[in-house]
Order: sequence, then C-alpha cells, then structure tokens
Amino acid sequence: MTTPATLAIDVTGLTKRFDGRTVVDNVSLQVARGRICGFLGPNGSGKTTTIRMLCGLLTPDAGQGRCLGLDLATEGAQIKRQVGYMTQRFGLYEDLSIRQNLDFIGRLFELPRRRESVDAALQRLGLVERQHQLAGTLSGGWKQRLALASCLLHEPQLLLLDEPTAGVDPKARRDFWDQIHRLAEDGMTVLVSTHYMDEAERCHELVYIAYGRVLAQGHAERIVADAGASDLEDAFVRLVAGAQDNFV
Amino acid sequence: MNGYSLQRTLAVFIKEFQQMLRDRLTFAMAVGVPVLQLLLFGYAINTDPRGLPTAVVSYDSGPLPRAIVAALQNTGYFRVTHQPASEREGDALIERGEVQFLVSIPADFSRRLLRGEHPALLVAVDATDPSAAGNAIAALGGVAGSALIHDSIGALRPLAAAAPAFELRVHRRFNPEGLSRYNIVPGLVGVILTMTMVMLTGLAMTRERERGTMENLLATPVRPLEVMVGKIAPYILIGYIQIGLILGAARLLFEVPMLGSLWLLLAFIGVFVIANLAVGFTFSTIARNQLQAMQMTFFFFLPSMLLSGFMFPFRGMPHWAQQLGELLPLTHFLRIVRGILLKGSDAAAVLPELWPMLAFVAVAGAVALRRYRRTLD
Repeated sequence: MTTPATLAIDVTGLTKRFDGRTVVDNVSLQVARGRICGFLGPNGSGKTTTIRMLCGLLTPDAGQGRCLGLDLATEGAQIKRQVGYMTQRFGLYEDLSIRQNLDFIGRLFELPRRRESVDAALQRLGLVERQHQLAGTLSGGWKQRLALASCLLHEPQLLLLDEPTAGVDPKARRDFWDQIHRLAEDGMTVLVSTHYMDEAERCHELVYIAYGRVLAQGHAERIVADAGASDLEDAFVRLVAGAQDNFV
Repeated sequence: MNGYSLQRTLAVFIKEFQQMLRDRLTFAMAVGVPVLQLLLFGYAINTDPRGLPTAVVSYDSGPLPRAIVAALQNTGYFRVTHQPASEREGDALIERGEVQFLVSIPADFSRRLLRGEHPALLVAVDATDPSAAGNAIAALGGVAGSALIHDSIGALRPLAAAAPAFELRVHRRFNPEGLSRYNIVPGLVGVILTMTMVMLTGLAMTRERERGTMENLLATPVRPLEVMVGKIAPYILIGYIQIGLILGAARLLFEVPMLGSLWLLLAFIGVFVIANLAVGFTFSTIARNQLQAMQMTFFFFLPSMLLSGFMFPFRGMPHWAQQLGELLPLTHFLRIVRGILLKGSDAAAVLPELWPMLAFVAVAGAVALRRYRRTLD
C-alpha cells in the first residue's frame, strides 16, 4: 500500500534552521494518497515551517523528498501547481470582493475555464448572492470557507492546511471537517495542522511534533496505547514531557 | 488616584524609546536625514555657480579679443572649454547643454574697436535655468569696462578713456525673458514622477507582506518577473495621467513653450518612469513595512531634488556632488525635458541622456529581482 507511487508526501530528514536555531530537525513524513493526516504539536514546534517546506515556500537546509512524486528541491514549480495551501493567517485580499479574489487566484493558476470554476466555487460556498461583497467584511468562519475554496480552485491533489479552524465556531468547524472527509473520499490527500483533539480524532493518522522533531506517528488509538495514556490529550502531554527530558 | 501620573507617563516614554531603538531604520533616518541635509546644503549646493563652461568662436585673431576673453575668465564665472570653428558648431554645443555660454567675436572686431565704432561682441547664454547664469551675466558689465585697460597704452590710450569701448550684447537663448517658471514647470514633471512613482511601488509590495497576502501569492505558480511587471504596469498608467496634467497646466496656465516633439518627450518619460518604478520596487523588497518604504522613498527623493539641478544649478556643485547627481535619473530627465520643450532638441541631441537612465533601470531592476524571493527564506 505504501509504495512510493501511492505516497502523496514522502520526505526524509527535513531540517530547517533560522539564524542557527534549528526549527525543524530531521523530520520524516509519509502520507499515502487519499488519507487525512493530522499534524499536531505545541505552538512553535515547527508545524508551519514543515508545511512551508512541503509546498516550496521554504528551502530545506537538509533532507529530501517528494510531494506527489515531484522532487522538493528541483520541481518546486510543478508542486505549487498541484498543491493547495491554506495559510494560518487569512491570505486573501480584504479590499477585493469575494469574486475578485477567486478570479485572481484562477488567473494565477491559468485555469482554462476560470469563469466556470469560479462560478462553481461560489455555488459550493453558497456565496453566489454575496460574491461582490468585500472579503474583509466576512466573518471568521466565512473567511475560512472562502480561503479553502480558493485553494481548491485549481483542483489540487494535495491540501496543506495550517490551523484552518483556529478561531472558527463549532458548527463551522464541523461543516469544515465534513467537507475535508468528502474531499478525501474523492482521492484528495490532506495534511492538516490543528490544536483540537476532537479534530485529531477525525484524522486517518496523526503526526505529533515538538521541538522540531517527530515524537509519534500513526493511528490515534496506537499513539494512545504506545504512550500508556488514557486519551490523546494525555498521550501528548506525556510525549512532550518525555521530549523535554531528552532534548532540552 | 485619577490625577496625572508621572509614573504612567514614564511608562509610555520608556516604551516609546524601546520601540524606537528596535526600529533601526527609523532611528537611522532620524540621524541620517539631518546629516545628509547638512552635507548637501553645506557643501554641495551653491547658488552662485562659477567656472561655467564657455565656448568662444573667434573670427578675429588679434590680441584685443584675447584680452577680452582673458578678462572674462578672470571674473571666475567663465571657463573656456571649447573653441569651435564656427558659430554653427557653437550653437550645437549650447543646444546639447555642453556649454552655458557662447562668445562670438566678429572678424572686424579689432578694426572697428580701434576706429572707436563700439563694436558688439555677442554672448549667447543657455537661459533655460535663469538662476544658473544670472550672476555670470551680471559680471559681464564689468568686463566691458575694464577688459582693455591694461592693453590701452600708447596710441590706444583713448580706448581706455572712452569707457566701454565695445559692447557685450547678451542673448538669452531658449528663455529670452529669463522666466524661472520655464525651468521649474517642466522640471516638476520629473520631481512629481520621482516622488509618486517610487512611493506607490514601494508601498505596493510591502503592503502584501504586511497584510499577510504575500505567503498566498508565493504559494501560487506566479514568477517574480510576472509580479514585478504586473505590479509596476498600473503605475505607469498613473504616471502618464500625471504627465498629462502637468504638461497641460504648463501649456495652458504657465505658457511654457513646447518646441520639440511631444511624442519624443513621452517616449523618454516612459524610460524615466520605469527607472523610478524599479527603485520603488527595490525598496519594497527591502522594507519590512510600509513606514520603512516611505522612509526609503524620502531618502531617495531628497538627493534627487537637491543634486539633480532642479532646485539649484547643477554646475554650481562641486565635482563629487555632480558625479552623484549624474547617477540619478532625475538629473538626466531634467536635461531631456528642458531640451525638448525649451530648446526644441531632437532625439539625437537628448540621446546621450538616455543611456545613464537605461543603465539605472538595469541595475535597479536586477537588484529588485534578486531581492524578491519566491520563498519566505
């Protein structure tokens, strides 16, 4: 099942240093196609930096690997075309309308039928009536949905979501996760970072990272059992405590 | 409890200081701008330019004209740099701006002088910038009275007695009335473009970074050159709207002559606009926020105003300041716009000013593209 052809993400030894400080330390990650992988870890553990390396926004100082079969070091441009990346901070233009934002992204990706794609995205979002509203006037939950729609516009095969549900109400969060599962059923691979344990339980597999290192990897139940913990949250508290003794 | 608290004031005071020291660029500006201004105003700027390049066409090779030329040089305002063979050649020199003055001495000058006929000596002045030549023209009056005193011995004694034995006829070329607005209004095209173009592009890129949209942009397949050209192009349009406004006002309100080809001018303005946009884009790749971009704009704008010959005569500045000025696009643009509008220069005459601007575009553009990264590293 996990032959290279079926792996959407296959990286080993990824390392990134900023001003001599190692932020990501020898991270290896394998995610099979069509899987939802939860990326967990405390603030500043290196989640965002790892995601940015995966989509070509940062150049790794060491390590190599492939995203969707494309080499991280040499095929960054092609990776960008097939990956949808949703930034932690709202990255669309608040002073453009919803439609203008989607049109802009569609043009950057040179979509052959941009009009239709944008119309369809608006339809799915349920924002057809509000398409001329400025993106900056949307509430947090709607901004998040718009951001997701914009990174799905070019029909990527891999979604990298950096804390997509931070500051979003529970109902919107549940809708969001339903959509993620529908996408995965259609073959999309998703790497999603989060701080919410209920979200972690909805992932097919988990990667737990702290101090820039992977501490645990696998299915939720397995991680809980291996750590000798009662639940996921307890498992992570134990893992971080153990890591502190080892690394700090 | 609700009175004015010194401690709270102190808290704000300390915090403000800490932030100021952290923002090193603002701090550097607070120190750098006064130093820059002191240096420029103190050492570079001179409203009484001397040693102005002068061409002398002499059809009379006698000693008397030579004495007059020597007297001109002795005023300190004139420096004979060219001795063209004909007035035609001299006219070309003044049109290209290589000399400020052209002194023409007619063939029968000495003969008529000796006959006491008060012959005239023609001094043509490039008066596009009246302030650059004003004092030199004033000094001419003294030359006519005193030039021949030492040579007027023996039989020539009456020449000295009958003060001024000859006439210096000043001909203000390109701006006969010496109106300073003829100089300033076309120059404003360049100054306004420099300020707005650099500032607008400078803000354009830093805004992306400040608002967090940069990361999204970098995650798409868009290339640096595509971003740069796409960002700059709208401002070229804005630049041409500004040009239209200023040139319209120059023509209708200030009655500035427009002798040369407007199309030629618009083409050259295009290069100038691109040069400034490239500077702005470079700034925006360096500045971390919009405030810094504004500060950098100011740092570029100040020397452009002072060293280009817009506010103060270019030839009045010391050599090092002129060299600095030669690097600035505004310096060359001012020569182009004055040349085309006031002198009616054709493409060949202003072409030498194009190359420095193109070189500037190439360097600024290369720096901008190098600085602009497709990653967040």
